[in-house]
Amino acid sequence: MLRTLKQITRIGIISEPVPLTAAERGERDALQQKIRRIYGRALCIRHVDAGSCNGCELEIHALNNPYYNLEGLGIKFVASPRHADLLLVTGPVSRHMQDALRRTYEATPEPKWVIALGDCGCNGGLFGCSYASAGAVADVIPVDVTVPGCPPTPGAILSGILAVLDKPRP
Amino acid sequence: MDCMPFALDLETLPGAVPVRRAVVSSDKLRSVCTAVHESGGLLHALWGCDERDRKGGYLLRVALQDAAGLLLLELPMNAAQPCFPTLADIFPAAERMQRAVYDLLGLRAQEGDTRPWLRHASWPADCFPLRRDYDDRGIRAAQNESYRFVRVTGDGVHEIAVGPVHAGTIEPGHFRFSVVGEKVLRLEERLGYTHKGIEKRFETQPLMQGQRLAARVSGDSAVAFSWAYCMALEGLCGITPPPRALWLRALCLERERIANHLGDLGALGNDAGFAVGLAQFSRLKEDLLRANQRAFGTRYLMDALAPGGIRCNLDEANRRDLLATVPPLVAEISTLHEIYDDHAGLQDRFTGTGRVEPALARKLGLIGLAGRASGQSWDIRCDHAYAPYDKLAVRMQGRLQGDVAARVAVRFEETLESLRLCQMLLENLPGGELQLSLPPPAKRLGIGWIEGWRGPVLIALEPGEDGLIRRCHPHDPSWQNWPVIEHAVMGNIVADFPLINKSFNLSYSGQDL
Ligand code: SF4
Repeated sequence: MLRTLKQITRIGIISEPVPLTAAERGERDALQQKIRRIYGRALCIRHVDAGSCNGCELEIHALNNPYYNLEGLGIKFVASPRHADLLLVTGPVSRHMQDALRRTYEATPEPKWVIALGDCGCNGGLFGCSYASAGAVADVIPVDVTVPGCPPTPGAILSGILAVLDKPRP
Repeated sequence: MDCMPFALDLETLPGAVPVRRAVVSSDKLRSVCTAVHESGGLLHALWGCDERDRKGGYLLRVALQDAAGLLLLELPMNAAQPCFPTLADIFPAAERMQRAVYDLLGLRAQEGDTRPWLRHASWPADCFPLRRDYDDRGIRAAQNESYRFVRVTGDGVHEIAVGPVHAGTIEPGHFRFSVVGEKVLRLEERLGYTHKGIEKRFETQPLMQGQRLAARVSGDSAVAFSWAYCMALEGLCGITPPPRALWLRALCLERERIANHLGDLGALGNDAGFAVGLAQFSRLKEDLLRANQRAFGTRYLMDALAPGGIRCNLDEANRRDLLATVPPLVAEISTLHEIYDDHAGLQDRFTGTGRVEPALARKLGLIGLAGRASGQSWDIRCDHAYAPYDKLAVRMQGRLQGDVAARVAVRFEETLESLRLCQMLLENLPGGELQLSLPPPAKRLGIGWIEGWRGPVLIALEPGEDGLIRRCHPHDPSWQNWPVIEHAVMGNIVADFPLINKSFNLSYSGQDL
């Protein structure tokens, strides 16, 4: 126990400021207020792997490490689509996941947003369209923001999440 | 195994790892498999090929692993009725691979489970996508398929169905638990959700760029798979990459191993209720990824390797920078190791949980990191040290307990061993060229075999016409290890499943293909 406490105090708080310009930061603060106004709580994200290679998942995990302090921004990952405002979808949509993805989308309450994450989510990536892959997320459910990259960095994912709030669904 | 009694006509394939190949009959296939199993060997991979355009039939390929390396058996089958004898009674791990071979190519094992494995409902049962004359016109989205799960009946038994979409940031798969109270009587896995047609896709890729798709078979093993691909291709071209390239590849591979082990050690602490572990280890992992970014210009080294060598150099400043990160990381991990060892709550959750005894591990063919935690001492870096591991004398880690605690311990030890290797690689990094150009490849089969962080990955590659790939089969050790989890959770409580599952951390994408 003592060792654990020593380790915690030795390392201290390592969270970094969000890597944004001053203008973007102002925008972000506005967005944070918007999140609070709309939801009166944190923005809740549900990740759906629709067929990825698991590379994008590694960066979503990284985004949850202490450097990025996601919850400090008022953003958290939740366990069910019914609790989510935003779906973060990775992978080319495999035909075996097409139905599950559509049902997850339907289970998410309005208003909702969707981010297609990674080159695969944006356009099918190297896997393309085939007997087994339906390609881009947008071909299966409506997408608000795309975040390219293979895999996209945590910074890019974060920018995508912030950008999405600028595009409320009608 | 001694092949003499079988009078096999063995041919040695060119390349960096020892592979012997022989064409066999159905009977001989089974008798050789039995002999290999009895002499302590195991099944490594099983796949099929459509050879109707060349030899008039199909081919089943079975890669066995024994003390001498890989033994590749090829069974020709006629086009009219392609079937082969089951190997599942000798090697239980063969069962799912045989089902997949049917789903993709229509080659049927004569006995055993005939339920589909990789095919759910997105292509018709009588269409076989890996056949050369398959066309995509039959495709439709997956309907609600009915899959015959095994029912467990009895007083107070009920089922819990989980997935394919899970509660955390993990890949999709379905788990069907039969439980009494909190205790798991049986678990049945249903995988294949991320099947995205990788093998078919390979056939559209330029031979010289196939390592890019290989790196994405399972993103967490990008270096292992892309190296295996390059190794297979370089064997076909008859070249060995320059020493500097090989040393940098090993550096990338060890850094991939460390990154994954750090992530898992944190997640395992978290799953056992110790959130500090996750925070601390994910911090160390992020430091490592950022150092990769500085040194190589990429966090995950996805496209670092290329046929003939490596694409990213390491300049002197970055070499020093990476070298300087080694001792502090060793110290940090040692501190956290003590914290984990001293934490009564963690040890209580880890010890005895999800146990796979060595005898069961051997029977089921458990391999890689999880295998070493259950007394299965295989590590290609030691057994058939391909360059540059022949200069590094890798120390194999292992345990006999086979529980979560053992898999945690092996991860700690392998992380420290990898850091030792990184230090040696960085201190003695040879100079010289980074990449050779490749002469035209021989039109035959090439094998790449690399010890990734999860276990051995294999690439079987055949060049085709017009600079394209004819056939490429990637094999992830998750194939063998997934069925073992069904055994590991028996008798444990449902709440320990995430912990047990994480302690194996298998790839869905790598087995779904
Ligand atoms: S974008 Fe890249 S990392 Fe993400 S799922 Fe696709 S191949 Fe994997």
